[in-house]
Amino acid sequence: MFENALKEGQLNPLQKTLIGILRAVVAVFIPLTAFAGLYGGFVFLRDSGAPQLIITAVAIVWGVGGVAALYLIGNYLIHLLPVDWGKKLTPFLFIGPAITILTWYLFLPTFRSFYLSFFGKFSRDFVGLKNYIYVFTDRTMLTAFRNNLYWLVFGTGLCVLIGLLIALLADRVKFEKIAKSLVFLPMAISFVGAGVIWKFMYSYKPEGTVQIGLLNAVSTALGGDPVAWLTIRPGNTFFLIAILVWLQTGFAMVILSAAIKQVPSSLLEAARIDGAKEFRIVFQIIIPYIKSTLVTVSTTILLLTLKVFDIVFAMTNGLFGTEVLASQQYKQMFKFLHYGRGSAISIIILIAVTPVIWYNLRQFGKREVF
Amino acid sequence: MASPEFSRTKKRQKWVVSIILIIICILWTIPTLGVFVTSFRERDEVSRSGWWTAGSNISTMTLENYQQVLGGKPFSYVTAEGVKVTERSDNMLGAFLNSLTVTIPSVVIPILIAAFAAYGFAWLDFPGRKVLFVAIVAILVVPLQISLIPILRDYQKIGLNGTFLGIWLAHTGFGLPLATYLLFNYISTIPRSTLESAFIDGASHFTTFTLLVLPLSVPALASFAIFQFIWVWNDLLVAMVFMSGSGEKFQVMTQRLLNMIGTRGQDWHLLTAGAFVSLVLPLVTFFSLQRYFVRGLMAGSVKG
Repeated sequence: MFENALKEGQLNPLQKTLIGILRAVVAVFIPLTAFAGLYGGFVFLRDSGAPQLIITAVAIVWGVGGVAALYLIGNYLIHLLPVDWGKKLTPFLFIGPAITILTWYLFLPTFRSFYLSFFGKFSRDFVGLKNYIYVFTDRTMLTAFRNNLYWLVFGTGLCVLIGLLIALLADRVKFEKIAKSLVFLPMAISFVGAGVIWKFMYSYKPEGTVQIGLLNAVSTALGGDPVAWLTIRPGNTFFLIAILVWLQTGFAMVILSAAIKQVPSSLLEAARIDGAKEFRIVFQIIIPYIKSTLVTVSTTILLLTLKVFDIVFAMTNGLFGTEVLASQQYKQMFKFLHYGRGSAISIIILIAVTPVIWYNLRQFGKREVF
Repeated sequence: MASPEFSRTKKRQKWVVSIILIIICILWTIPTLGVFVTSFRERDEVSRSGWWTAGSNISTMTLENYQQVLGGKPFSYVTAEGVKVTERSDNMLGAFLNSLTVTIPSVVIPILIAAFAAYGFAWLDFPGRKVLFVAIVAILVVPLQISLIPILRDYQKIGLNGTFLGIWLAHTGFGLPLATYLLFNYISTIPRSTLESAFIDGASHFTTFTLLVLPLSVPALASFAIFQFIWVWNDLLVAMVFMSGSGEKFQVMTQRLLNMIGTRGQDWHLLTAGAFVSLVLPLVTFFSLQRYFVRGLMAGSVKG
């Protein structure tokens, strides 16, 4: 009787509720089991004194295999159900875990941070807008705002401009691949690793001793005095920005170069036959053609500079007036343990990216993929 | 037809372009080269002369810095005042393994979850499909800083702080929006007929996904994998926040390197070797998979 009703697609309200409950159970069940299974193995991994190589191997197999196993278990369970029920539950097996994790890790925290930003040091007493007032009046914070503005404007601007220049130049030479690889290489280097590399470049020894940092060696060889690059303000912020440019120009270059290659060659040839100079071709044909890619690259790097934390942390630890928003936020949260202020700063960073969210949504709305 | 004069200016232009590009390439390579050369020099040599003079004294080059950095064995040296000092060096090998333990699942887990979700959004019908996907597009750029305190509190409550599982899940959460978005762009363009023939043969969605769609999506999976690998391997912030409770034993490469900057800021021979150890693996990954990198990232923006 039950199956007949299902076959004919007639569901009474009770059955509908049951389906609803089951759907919810599947969506909750998968991440929960994953958690229980992995945690059980994990207690072993955390507390065992096995050699590290074994721990590494076990952990990788455990972590990767565990998640895969959960999907298989979920699929098996769905197969146990009547066909119609299975059909309704399948989407939740597919998207349930992703939605659960995103809700826990990104969606809810946005509201929780917003809530916390109105509370004091240990999130116990309500302080109203005090944290925000602090953020906009404290001297270090104001320096951080100013520096972040430098990072956004000069960091992003230089990455995109130099990336575009290299992409355009590399398009016209035979050693394009090698040139692009060399500029691209720093992309794979961590900010901390880059910190070591550039600390070495900026290394400073007092006058009269041998300079082992290249920049000071050049500066003294030209007859100047050695410069303590990282302590002179506000120049030091720009020396830190140089590191970002060194790291991220490759990213801009590669994406822009791929876009330039898609400019129809007939268009370029027609312009050349008409006698247009290369400069005009670049500014009137190529750049308008790759405009949307330019916007994408700029926003990506803009978002990165807004979150930049490691460079400052590794190079100066925020001393000598090099503080930025992200490093201030880290310090407030984990050094001064002032959760309210830390949250307020992260909300400010979120507000700063809302135009990008809005832009993304608008672009997405235009695509009609659904 | 091009006049000889025209082709001469063209040739000159080509030379100018080449020279500018070569200068840029040299500028871009020098910092890494300096660190690379220094990592093979002896302690005294490093402080006595700039790395660019190393070529004249090539016989003193040594692999000892790498032995010290990786093995963490005790070493001794004589200071300028003539005092012999013995120190235990940093064990980078342990940090290297920790980084691997953190990185590999942090790359595979989000790919798996995102691929399932991307398939669900592209090929399954369920209520709220569009709203949920729009939400993912919206949180694509939410700065992860906003999650640190709330998630850290949850972790402290349920005992996930300082465990590998905790950091895997964190990286999974922060990587998921981009992964889902990129994979959706790719999976949704697989021709309908390809899938429909599978359904006619009686394959379920699960079988179609694992046996047909996943293998077809390898380029997109690889492009996200390389992105996530470099991001996780090079990450400092997430590791510092969520692995801090576990002590030095579970430090990853970036943390160890940061500690070295703090404790041996002037021991350039060790710092440079450490930096190089930390960037070997991402460099290799990067260059072996780079053709996927551009293709996968362009998939969304070009069609859009």
